[in-house]
Amino acid sequence: MAIRKRNAQPGTTLASHGDVILKDAQRELKDPARRLLGKRILSLGGLALLSGCDLSTDKSVNTMLRKISFFNDDVQALLFDPKHMAPTYPESMITRPFPFNAFYDVDDVPEVDAATYRLQVGGLANGKRVWTLDELHALPQQDQITRHICIEGWSAIGRWGGVRFADFLKRSGADTTARFVSLHCADNYWTSIDMSTALHAQTLLTLTYDGQVLPPKYGFPMKLRMPTKLGYKNPKHIVAITVTNEYPGGYWENQGYNWFGGS
Amino acid sequence: MANNHEIALSHTTIQPIWVRITHWINALAVVLMVMSGWQVYDASPIFPALQFPPAITLGGWLGGALLWHFAVMWLLVANFLVYVGLNLASGRLRRKLLPLTFRSLFADIVAALRGRLTHGDLSVYNSIQKLAYLVVIVDIALLVLSGLAVWKSVQFPLLRTLMDGYDNARIVHFVCMSVLVAFFAVHVVMVALVPRSLLLMIRGR
Repeated sequence: MAIRKRNAQPGTTLASHGDVILKDAQRELKDPARRLLGKRILSLGGLALLSGCDLSTDKSVNTMLRKISFFNDDVQALLFDPKHMAPTYPESMITRPFPFNAFYDVDDVPEVDAATYRLQVGGLANGKRVWTLDELHALPQQDQITRHICIEGWSAIGRWGGVRFADFLKRSGADTTARFVSLHCADNYWTSIDMSTALHAQTLLTLTYDGQVLPPKYGFPMKLRMPTKLGYKNPKHIVAITVTNEYPGGYWENQGYNWFGGS
Repeated sequence: MANNHEIALSHTTIQPIWVRITHWINALAVVLMVMSGWQVYDASPIFPALQFPPAITLGGWLGGALLWHFAVMWLLVANFLVYVGLNLASGRLRRKLLPLTFRSLFADIVAALRGRLTHGDLSVYNSIQKLAYLVVIVDIALLVLSGLAVWKSVQFPLLRTLMDGYDNARIVHFVCMSVLVAFFAVHVVMVALVPRSLLLMIRGR
């Protein structure tokens, strides 16, 4: 696309159109309805200037963005197909070393004592409410090699083993018609998930990483692994699980991360 | 010649109202999507050497940028569907952007390189314009599809496969963004060189 040949003087664009634009404007202004509309548009602009509205810090803009995020939760719940499995990978594709990621440094990883560890199940559940680590290990175990996707964009493939969370919920007598499962962790992290994801076949109450006891940096003694959700929805060091119908929110979700966080 | 064209231009509508409305909504949506997308990119750059300065990003932090990105995406997609739908239904796509032949494209590129490609009649697109507008339509469609593959790599297995996996979908998304930004830059320069086209996109004639 080349520069237009200028065979006219600079400024002629407006000059040649100016008369026509003015004529159009005069015709429009004869109509009282259009005059009123014009006035209203002008006063709206003035109001916006006066209030010094800044898009990114304005509270009403933020409220609207959060509302759309909740709408997106509903859309994702609709899109979520419990029969869709996350892809699995061969052992050769495991990312080594698997990255550590948390809202604190690796030196601050909590140390949980295996002997005194108890997993509490609360809320809408009428079965076994307190689990020791040995009791969790005694349940049927399975393995998966799946992709962990972080909300930041990076991803890594890892191998996790443990108990199907749906099995665990049934053994705990959880009301699986409830809407949410809320998860509380030894590092004061917390998050919550929808029941459909909790019951998904690949949602794993994880006790091992790559065939070894889950190391502290990956969430000893137990993390919930969901290849259908982003990393921040996969909490580590879980000590309490609550089945509830009240929206529980989460550590990052309450700061603005999307709640559903599905992939 | 030029005067005759200008007289003709001021009386007939070249850009119908729906083209102008969808054009400006798209412009707004693209700017917001790109700026918030750059903030998201900065959280984990695909190319560590390339990061976007905070001054040209939107959202303040990753969470804020994602709120913007996943809100404005509805505006972008809905507007894009209306634009493409009306283009097909009205026959405007066929009339204004087609046909596009290699021969006319080659001729126009040669003319452009010699500085002889004119924008005298704004109601007709030259081949390079046709190519640019068709490319940007396909590019936005690819941006949306690769974005869906990044957002929902488990729920859209076909898209994930077409994009060659999650990680590659991010790269497709990035490349399409780059094409869109390049188009935007050239587009704005061309408008500065042919200011009548800006009036046309506001007034329609």
